[in-house]
Amino acid sequence: MSSRKKILNAIRGISREEKPLPSLPDYGVSGNLEEAFSQSILGNKGEILTTLELEAWIKEQRFEKVIALAAGFEQYSNFETPSDPHELDDLNLAILEGQFGVAENGAIWLDDSQLKHRVLPFITEHLVLILEKKNLYPTLHQAYQKIGNEFSGFGLFVAGPSKTADIEQSLVIGAHGAKSLRVVLI
Amino acid sequence: MSHPQAASEFLKDQAKAKWHDETLWFVRDKRDRISKSIPEWEDLRNLASEIKDNVLSNLENYLVEFEKNALKNGIHIHWAKDAEEHNQIVLGILQKQKCTAIVKSKSILTEECHLNPYLEKNGIEVVDTDLGERIVQFLNQPPSHIVLPAIHLKKGEISELFHEKLATEKGNEDPAYLTNAARLHLREKFLGAKVAITGVNFGVAETGEFVVCTNEGNADMGVHLADVHIACMGIEKLIPRRADLGVFLRLLARSATGQPVTNYNSHFRSPSPGKEIHIVLLDNGRTAQLAREKFRNSLKCIRCGACMNTCPIYRRSGGYSYGSTVPGPIGSILSPGLDMKKHSTLPFASTLCGSCTDVCPVKINIHEQLYEWRQEITKTHGELGKSLSMKLASALFKSPLAYKISGNVMRSALKNLPKSLIYHPINSWGKGRNLPETPSESFKAWYQKNRS
Repeated sequence: MSSRKKILNAIRGISREEKPLPSLPDYGVSGNLEEAFSQSILGNKGEILTTLELEAWIKEQRFEKVIALAAGFEQYSNFETPSDPHELDDLNLAILEGQFGVAENGAIWLDDSQLKHRVLPFITEHLVLILEKKNLYPTLHQAYQKIGNEFSGFGLFVAGPSKTADIEQSLVIGAHGAKSLRVVLI
Repeated sequence: MSHPQAASEFLKDQAKAKWHDETLWFVRDKRDRISKSIPEWEDLRNLASEIKDNVLSNLENYLVEFEKNALKNGIHIHWAKDAEEHNQIVLGILQKQKCTAIVKSKSILTEECHLNPYLEKNGIEVVDTDLGERIVQFLNQPPSHIVLPAIHLKKGEISELFHEKLATEKGNEDPAYLTNAARLHLREKFLGAKVAITGVNFGVAETGEFVVCTNEGNADMGVHLADVHIACMGIEKLIPRRADLGVFLRLLARSATGQPVTNYNSHFRSPSPGKEIHIVLLDNGRTAQLAREKFRNSLKCIRCGACMNTCPIYRRSGGYSYGSTVPGPIGSILSPGLDMKKHSTLPFASTLCGSCTDVCPVKINIHEQLYEWRQEITKTHGELGKSLSMKLASALFKSPLAYKISGNVMRSALKNLPKSLIYHPINSWGKGRNLPETPSESFKAWYQKNRS
């Protein structure tokens, strides 16, 4: 007998009381969504920038390799996205569009349609996400309602820069992924 | 080694044991503060518990639904009845890919299966990529905590280790410096690996997708650069609906580390063009636990580690004292189901204070199950020493005269007998405990003198 059959048969052989699946209420957050979202991003060690602040920061940094896929920010691109994602290893900055954000925790949703390579938001040294203010939701409950069962091969909630506290619980930003996250609300 | 023996090893370094206790309490405190900022926190715990109850009552149907949807999305599904079959399946995929080096992100399940030594024996280099896991891998140790794998180590020890393994500056203990050294070292490994292995936090039956949560981004760095992604998943990890993720992701990170959500929450539904995703569904004792009605709901666990951080025994005895892949209170109710003899002391490594149950995001009645396991274990492997003293005590408490006489005898005996006799090795309670000062008379004698 295959292990599949063995496992399923073993489970079927266990008598259990039927337990109903609860319906999910629609919890919200009180107060201003933009304010709550910004606080969450700061708490996750990210930053909130205006378009002008972003422009000044990029000018000052003089990055060698920038990929900007977000609509209206393509002018910052100076590097053609390679077909092999391994060549993104020395990418300094990726500017991508977030579909929507979650006020309670700062999570921003991206899927294959925003990413030429799935590794892009992780391998880049710095990550900038552009998010429209009208696309903010109170909690993850509304966020998953919004996603619905829309199909994407890969989807990601990103809420901050790569971080670790594995050495004596000291917070260090920039473990393996992006060393910073900047969010521009437009 | 029994839990008390291993715990006394840990307690030899008192300063470190104190630091361990305080640090985990700090994490527990962060969990408390953030949970109180969510008015519906208790409702979420109830919902999570009910959703998991529903999953366990229909597990066979959800597994079939999950498989059907994942196959439709181009994911390969494998079933493993035990650790051995799990490891063979993984090795088979690697051999087909002619792969000799892999990167792996944190997965308690592959620890449970002892996948690393198995692959290494078969000529595969395994690199754990979570910083804490890489540290303990360098030391040839398992993780001592399921969320904070290297919590038993101090930065001085990690600095020395990295000096030896990664040629960092001798004596430089700066966590940022050490983390950056690991970043550079592991970046090379990510860029070179053809196959990446991850665990699974949640599998969604209605879509066939699975979710992996990290703060470091190591799981994603591995899988998106590799050609093949192998996700190793316990059969109990399923949830019915995508929307249920809203409940579980709100609870998981808040319970684990006191942060509102993990920084990376990746949803894998189908492979990138030209790449492969494999899911290995593992039983390894889970169906046996499902059949044990009293212990069934231990399978609801989402591996947040909150019960460890809050446990007064775990904090003061360290993860290794449990000698099981999952330590702490939840480990003490899961592990006896796998090997009751080996883990017979674990359900006793608890004060039954119930704090584990209070913080559990899926409301597992951990302390009640610890008590239940004690009954099972004492039936099978009774402890002679303690049962003898319990019988003696029972006889004394039954007879008022015997109780009165023994009280008088003990008050004078404890004052006058030499310490070597009172703290004799036969008296296991005397280890690590001091008896209170003995009063000169019984409460009854005092009351008669003062109040009558």
